[in-house]
Amino acid sequence: MEVQWHRPSARLLALRRLQVAIATVAAVIAAVAATRASALGLAVGGAALVAGALTVWFQRRRFLAWGYAEREDDLLVRRGVMFSRLSVVPYGRMQFIDVTAGPFERSFGLATVRMHTAAAASHARIPGLARVEAARLRDRLAELGEAQAAGI
Amino acid sequence: MNDAEGWHRLHPLSPVVRGGRATIAIAVLLLPTVLGGGRNQTRTLVDLVVVAVLLVLGFISWLVTRWRVDGDDLQIETGVLRRQSLRYPLSQVQAIDVVRPGLARLLRVAELRLRMGGASGKTARLAYLHEREVEPLRDRLLALARGAPADEPPPVPAVEHHLLATVPTSRLIASILVSDVGIAAELVLLGLVLGIVYAPSAAAGLASTGAVWILLVFQLVWRRFNQEYRLSVVEIPDGLLLRGGLVALTSETIRPGRVQAVRLVEPMVWRLLGWCRLEVDIAGRQRSEGEGQAQRRALRTILPVGSPAVADDLLDHLLPDRPRELSPAPRRARWKSPLRYRLLAWGRTPTCVVTQSGRLRRATNWVPLEKVQSLRRVEGPVQRRLGLASIHVDTAGRSVHAVIRDRDVEEADAALAELVVSARAARRAA
Repeated sequence: MEVQWHRPSARLLALRRLQVAIATVAAVIAAVAATRASALGLAVGGAALVAGALTVWFQRRRFLAWGYAEREDDLLVRRGVMFSRLSVVPYGRMQFIDVTAGPFERSFGLATVRMHTAAAASHARIPGLARVEAARLRDRLAELGEAQAAGI
Repeated sequence: MNDAEGWHRLHPLSPVVRGGRATIAIAVLLLPTVLGGGRNQTRTLVDLVVVAVLLVLGFISWLVTRWRVDGDDLQIETGVLRRQSLRYPLSQVQAIDVVRPGLARLLRVAELRLRMGGASGKTARLAYLHEREVEPLRDRLLALARGAPADEPPPVPAVEHHLLATVPTSRLIASILVSDVGIAAELVLLGLVLGIVYAPSAAAGLASTGAVWILLVFQLVWRRFNQEYRLSVVEIPDGLLLRGGLVALTSETIRPGRVQAVRLVEPMVWRLLGWCRLEVDIAGRQRSEGEGQAQRRALRTILPVGSPAVADDLLDHLLPDRPRELSPAPRRARWKSPLRYRLLAWGRTPTCVVTQSGRLRRATNWVPLEKVQSLRRVEGPVQRRLGLASIHVDTAGRSVHAVIRDRDVEEADAALAELVVSARAARRAA
């Protein structure tokens, strides 16, 4: 398939790493504080730290797995390292498109675009798009969806 | 009960029927107080006040609910504090059901239920209307959904009804007895009988603690029998008409071209007897507000039990151009799906795709390609090691998940590319 793949913004990687780091630090502090810095608490905390570091490293592969491509009649979205998934969503089947941005995403200037079809299983999403790109994609998908809309 | 703008009210007895089991419970509760006559005056008074309050609430809910057909929409208004005005565009109707529970039959009323497609997938309920009004109203709504002008004379009852299938009661009973639910019920019964024979005291204790489960199992069996008793499938100009029921009568009309997927199920014991079951999936959310458990099923059984030949006949009507030959999964798929491996297969034609799977029971799913919402290719870690991938075929139906499972990676990629193209062509042609 000769298609032009796009990636989410590189800031998504920084955002995901920051999220993992915060969760790891919180887990370590909780483990150490709950056991009053006993040997067990330190061991659990250390394990959490190692797991966190590995996850930070792994985020890069997860980030690189994300991709989307606009073809003539459908949108392709791919994701996942262990379970690699590729969704093909025809523009004509999109019922509505959401752009959402949580507090973390907002502070990084990012947004998530979600595509909804009549099938619950096929709701695709693309996280970590720069806000301008998210708005462009939303408008483009809405426009194409309207032009190609088909009955259920 | 009409006014100038075409508004109608529901049947005055609606709250009583809606109460269903509660109504019967109240009647049973009141019986001793009425018959016993003033043994305990305060108790009687409290009971009467409770009943009076319930009656008034029911009356108010009846009073504030009204409906009308406005152009191409069905409009329902209801609610006291939070007034709701609901509009249901008739062009989105997927199926119309007429439901008559036992109590409703006694009081000669019936419920009309419109299953809608669209993003919300809601169900419009008119509960309850007089028996006489229901069928003409259903025909009128179907005509409007078809796009007929509003002032068209009411359609002449179609004469050329074409009966497609029906099930003899004896076979239905036999099929339920050897189904999964049926076998569970028999084991429970057997356990109880053995217990009573050998250890009466223990059995009594067991029966009282497990009463909920025992009731649940028998309720499932009963519900199945009640729904599928004398189910018949009739082809009418407005689609497929399914009629059946023992105590609660249902009559469901599925509009043509609204079938999202068809499923053929063959449980293990049934396969030995050469029986199968055919179900169709339509769009719409399974769980709608205010629907009881019995109404939640999204799958419509069109053949509760029958021979493969009868099922083939029905399939010819629903999907004339369906794949006849299925190709089995590669041998190495047995490492990933050891139980399913034997039954995994798929096939396709330019307009239809079929997938087959199942561990103990065989389930075959047909999806018309014009109904495909999206396609997904999924490859898990075990699959990657074996060089396998699965293709999911998503439709707006909620119960049938057609998955082309565990195919060779190259075959899966080719299948995905071809399905995308043929689904687009089918969508354009529809």
